[in-house]
Amino acid sequence: MEDKLILNGHEFTSRFILGSGKYSLDLIKAAVENAGAQIITLALRRAAGGDVANILDYIPEGVTLLPNTSGARNADEAVRIARLARETGCGDFIKIEAIRDSKYLLPDNYETLKATEILAKEGFVVMPYMYPDLNFARDLQNAGAACIMPLGSPIGSNKGLCTKDFIQIIIDEVDLPVIVDAGIGRPSQACEAMEIGAAAVMANTAIATAGDVPAMASAFKKAIEAGRESYLAGFGNVVEKGARASSPLTGFLHN
Amino acid sequence: MIYLNGKEHEDYGSLAELLEGNGYKRDKIAVEINGAIIKKSDYDKTAINSGDVIEVVSFVGGG
Repeated sequence: MEDKLILNGHEFTSRFILGSGKYSLDLIKAAVENAGAQIITLALRRAAGGDVANILDYIPEGVTLLPNTSGARNADEAVRIARLARETGCGDFIKIEAIRDSKYLLPDNYETLKATEILAKEGFVVMPYMYPDLNFARDLQNAGAACIMPLGSPIGSNKGLCTKDFIQIIIDEVDLPVIVDAGIGRPSQACEAMEIGAAAVMANTAIATAGDVPAMASAFKKAIEAGRESYLAGFGNVVEKGARASSPLTGFLHN
Repeated sequence: MIYLNGKEHEDYGSLAELLEGNGYKRDKIAVEINGAIIKKSDYDKTAINSGDVIEVVSFVGGG
């Protein structure tokens, strides 16, 4: 059976969700292609009129658009952005961000939950960015979220899986795809997230600010695939003390 | 006078005129007038009144 990421019945073979912020537009296509990404996030802002280049013209066809509600400080603003985003004709996916802390950009779980409840009822595929807390993850599931998107570390920090143990708890206890979002800075960290059972990884800054953007997108793709494959394969036991020989200890020299 | 994306702007007779006059591409935007979303299919039959607060939004790069 093919290994798929399923979000409210929508199936994806890629487990790498790519953010589109901070790129020069001419690098977006190569990043998406090298990442093998089937989902890309976008933000909604006041439109410039005239002949200004639009990011939609740079995203390869067939890629699912995942608008975020960045800029929203509460549920009402997130809902407003989500409804506007859908009216552009991009589909029903929405990544909820409700953030009122401008220093660390940490999500407001309470406002995120309120927005999730409303938007799930309106038929959105709701993907909430959240601070990793088991009780809250269960609340999101009950509210109709399509997945849980806990942060690894603060947005754009490239610090990796600082919240690993708490993400692990959610993965173990909540029957929804867990997509690690924010703070993943290196392929090894993306791989680690997949090794502990994450359903997917989302990354933006790590790729957008890399020296070679397409190459870093490719490196993340391989790391995410390797992490997933190893998770499915099942890890060998850890020996806490001492060693366990890999080669036979008998059959030559001393016996 | 209307308010378009936060700035004072001359009056327009209709939403269609406003979009055309400012070079907005209909397939890439969403429009809100006084807090209410306008469906794309209603763009051609929506009037603009003096004092209206209009937001025209589109996608940009973001995580």
